[in-house]
Amino acid sequence: MIAVGDQAPDFTLRDQDGEKVSLSDYKGRKVLLVFYPGDFSPVCGDQLSIYQEVKPEIAAKGVELVGVSVDSFFAHKAFQEKLGIDTTLLSDFEPKGEVARAYGSYLDAPLGFANRTLVLVDEVGKVAWTHESPNPGEFPGANVIFDALG
Amino acid sequence: MNDLTSSAIPPVGPEDHVRRSGEEGIVVYADLACPRCAADWPRLRERPGRLVFRHFPVSSKHPRSPALHAAAEAAGRQGRFFELVDSLYADRAHVDDPHLWQWVERLGLDLERFEADRRSDAVQARIRSDFQAGIRAGVAGTPAVFDACTLQTVREREF
Repeated sequence: MIAVGDQAPDFTLRDQDGEKVSLSDYKGRKVLLVFYPGDFSPVCGDQLSIYQEVKPEIAAKGVELVGVSVDSFFAHKAFQEKLGIDTTLLSDFEPKGEVARAYGSYLDAPLGFANRTLVLVDEVGKVAWTHESPNPGEFPGANVIFDALG
Repeated sequence: MNDLTSSAIPPVGPEDHVRRSGEEGIVVYADLACPRCAADWPRLRERPGRLVFRHFPVSSKHPRSPALHAAAEAAGRQGRFFELVDSLYADRAHVDDPHLWQWVERLGLDLERFEADRRSDAVQARIRSDFQAGIRAGVAGTPAVFDACTLQTVREREF
């Protein structure tokens, strides 16, 4: 797992609309990267839905929420629409899981996806806080995010 | 700004919707449009001891949730909260406004008062208060069941 104080590895991934998004695009703002195992799993759906409900309160803390998984951007679009959320979802698709690996979140075979991991990147691109779930079946409630944001 | 940092669920109080008396039982944070909640409701409802229902509408996932929670809260203001909750969970195909009006009629409620209450700021605030308390307690999906004595989440779901 990447350590607090480290420079967050930059990346460029496609979002749910196929647009390229880089971490450096968020320079000057805080961004919370939400690594999750995969679109359409029940737990991932719950996690992103509940975070969506408190997205205005997260935004009020000056933090933008961005989901990352190994799914294609087409799947992200369908998942976003199914959940009724507007959180940006980035596709860590090819090479598969490269960004998750760079952040130390990737779970190797036979799982082959990111663990449920939160990484807060500050305005200058440094890791300000992290949280990794004990297993992919559990996700941190939104309260954990607010505890970190103060 | 509302504080959403971690906190145990609030103690059971006079504002709560409580089925059966007693000190021991469960507190359930549930979404009235959630299929899992509907599936679990008959079992939760029949558990021995006190049952406390708290609102946890996840509106992005279930767009009808806010309206259903407001309807239940409004029914509660006429003393029929759990009757409407039971009805909504038992018949998930009939949850549009005309169906709500039918439930109101069957339960013998004052429709005009029901309509005013369910759209009132007080009802919205009441629902939001439950939701935020659930967030603070770490609710991560519905139904979320807490043992009222130990305030420990009871894992009701299989992952």
